[in-house]
Amino acid sequence: MSILVDSTTSVVVQGITGREGSFHTEQMQALGTKVVAGTSPGKGGTTHLGVPVFNTVADAVEATGATASGIFVPAPFAADAIMEAASAGMTLIVCISEGIPIQDMIRVKDFLHGYPLARLIGANCPGLITPGQAKIGIIPQRITTPGSIGLISRSGTLTYEVGTALSAAGMGQSTIVGIGGDPVLGLTFRDVLELFEKDEATTQVVIIGEIGGSDEEHAAEFIARGSRLKAVAFISGRTAPEGKRMGHAGAIVSGNRGTAKSKEEAFRKAGVPVAETTDDIVGLLR
Amino acid sequence: MKLLEYQAKEVLDSLGIAIPPGLVARTADEAAAAASRLGPVAVKAQVPVGGRGKAGGIKLAGTPEEARKAAELIIGMDIKGFKVPLVYCEAALEIERELYLGFTVDRDARANILMLSAKGGMDIEQVAEESPDSIARLYPNPWRGPLDFELAQLAYDAGLGELVRPMTALIKKLYRAIPDYDALTAEINPLVVTKAGDIVAGDAKLEIDDNAAWRHKDLEQRYGAVIQGDPYEVEAKKRGLTYVSLEGDIGIIGNGAGLCMSTLDLVQRAGGQAANFCDIGGGAKAEVVENALAVILMNRRVKGVLINVFGGITRGDEVAKGIITARDNLQMKLPLVVRLSGTREEEGREILRRNGIEPGVSAWEAAQKIVELTKAGVR
Repeated sequence: MSILVDSTTSVVVQGITGREGSFHTEQMQALGTKVVAGTSPGKGGTTHLGVPVFNTVADAVEATGATASGIFVPAPFAADAIMEAASAGMTLIVCISEGIPIQDMIRVKDFLHGYPLARLIGANCPGLITPGQAKIGIIPQRITTPGSIGLISRSGTLTYEVGTALSAAGMGQSTIVGIGGDPVLGLTFRDVLELFEKDEATTQVVIIGEIGGSDEEHAAEFIARGSRLKAVAFISGRTAPEGKRMGHAGAIVSGNRGTAKSKEEAFRKAGVPVAETTDDIVGLLR
Repeated sequence: MKLLEYQAKEVLDSLGIAIPPGLVARTADEAAAAASRLGPVAVKAQVPVGGRGKAGGIKLAGTPEEARKAAELIIGMDIKGFKVPLVYCEAALEIERELYLGFTVDRDARANILMLSAKGGMDIEQVAEESPDSIARLYPNPWRGPLDFELAQLAYDAGLGELVRPMTALIKKLYRAIPDYDALTAEINPLVVTKAGDIVAGDAKLEIDDNAAWRHKDLEQRYGAVIQGDPYEVEAKKRGLTYVSLEGDIGIIGNGAGLCMSTLDLVQRAGGQAANFCDIGGGAKAEVVENALAVILMNRRVKGVLINVFGGITRGDEVAKGIITARDNLQMKLPLVVRLSGTREEEGREILRRNGIEPGVSAWEAAQKIVELTKAGVR
């Protein structure tokens, strides 16, 4: 079992003919992901990587019945691509694109209120993977092993780091979800925790947060209210100065808000052990 | 990009919001000339940070001579790490009352929030803590913006019923900064009601979304070069790097923002202090590594560098070769520790060893090693 994506999920790749889209479609196919269609305006009717290409997502859905989408288009077009996917009836939309203007994302979030079944992951994220089954996005298969740990992260490379450590320790993962580093994004830690809570195959979760916003605090509240999942958290950015964006658009301490300290305290209060370094996560799960 | 006050006021002016008469002065002579045209002025340091008044960056000048003296003191002054490049000389206002008007992104709500308060001229965070009810709030629909009746409600809620009409018009103008400029934060504090009954922006703060720079190339051209921040950050920006200057003496390069942030944390845990944050992104390409190293080595305080690359798909041997080429091209002599992981990581580590660089297997081990080497002063 898993959440959000498995070997039966039929996926359309938006921007399939681009460099990133092509490369990662091949990686997705190599894992066994059911990529049933791609879109690329003006290239409808052609075939790319053995996949039929359509001009629009609506055309792709009509022909293939796809329910999930991976978005690999440049940032200036990404917000529109998300809304196109939602309006075509996608229930899972994974947006990898980095650098979408925040005001565009605010409008997207408002637009998605009209599509309550559409779940957005990202943007500015590595996507998600159910080890051994399927993935949408760019998380490398080699860092994963099938198992029962759910992993949720705002950071791409830290996800790879922790995935590798878990796999090396023989601790497999049910699904790994990279929710992204933007300040205004789709599913939050809390949303993904709710999904893991309902997934019987997931027994433990690792939460990799960072400075900025209060999504980690909300996740801690959710766990404090009673969860069957054993959770471990890690927060990066303890030493980040106030008022500076640390790489991710969302990684910023504003005044006394969004600090690593506040997040770590929230988790500890909820009974969730906080790892000092990513190397300590495996030990805390045991 | 955080605009300077005079830049933010130019934007407000372009939106049709009243600002006091003012002139930019790059020299003391220009400040004196400005005062002789404007009369009594406030001479204000232009830096993209708050607290400049407390730092001595704002002085009142009744005469051109006083304005000259004030500008001499203020231009070139360092305020919270920013060298003051110029002053803004602004005509003094006859103040009747001070209000607050602003908007920002409410991250929890994933929406813009407009705020209006009769308590202006104070730190809004403090007002929010002490008397939260004195701030009226509105979440405008991001597609159509605020409607008249919503803004009227906002003004009544703020206890500014007598100003409903001018306020509604003014807030609509300010809101245009979102669709027209991709503003993330705008603050007019104080928003001054003058003795003559005019409503004028006393101060202005404006932050434009860097992600939307491609929609506003003119803004970057007009304003980007004026802000004299940290020289290393300026150079890094020219080279297209994601870089933040910090206080310590250990240079840091990492691929991925989260990984890089956690590397800073590890260095501090090992007893050292990072000189910078520098995210070189997923691929860790040779020329990007070289650019990053070049900027870090510009900083004379740096005693050693830690590179932490976790390759998901990136090949370890290629990263190792790139790092060595960069080090040799830059003739780098300082201690260098590289933590390398990814496909073909063993080959990569072997290449590093052969070229006199100690590879670290884990990031924590690498952090301890660089702290040890820089403390020992090894060259």
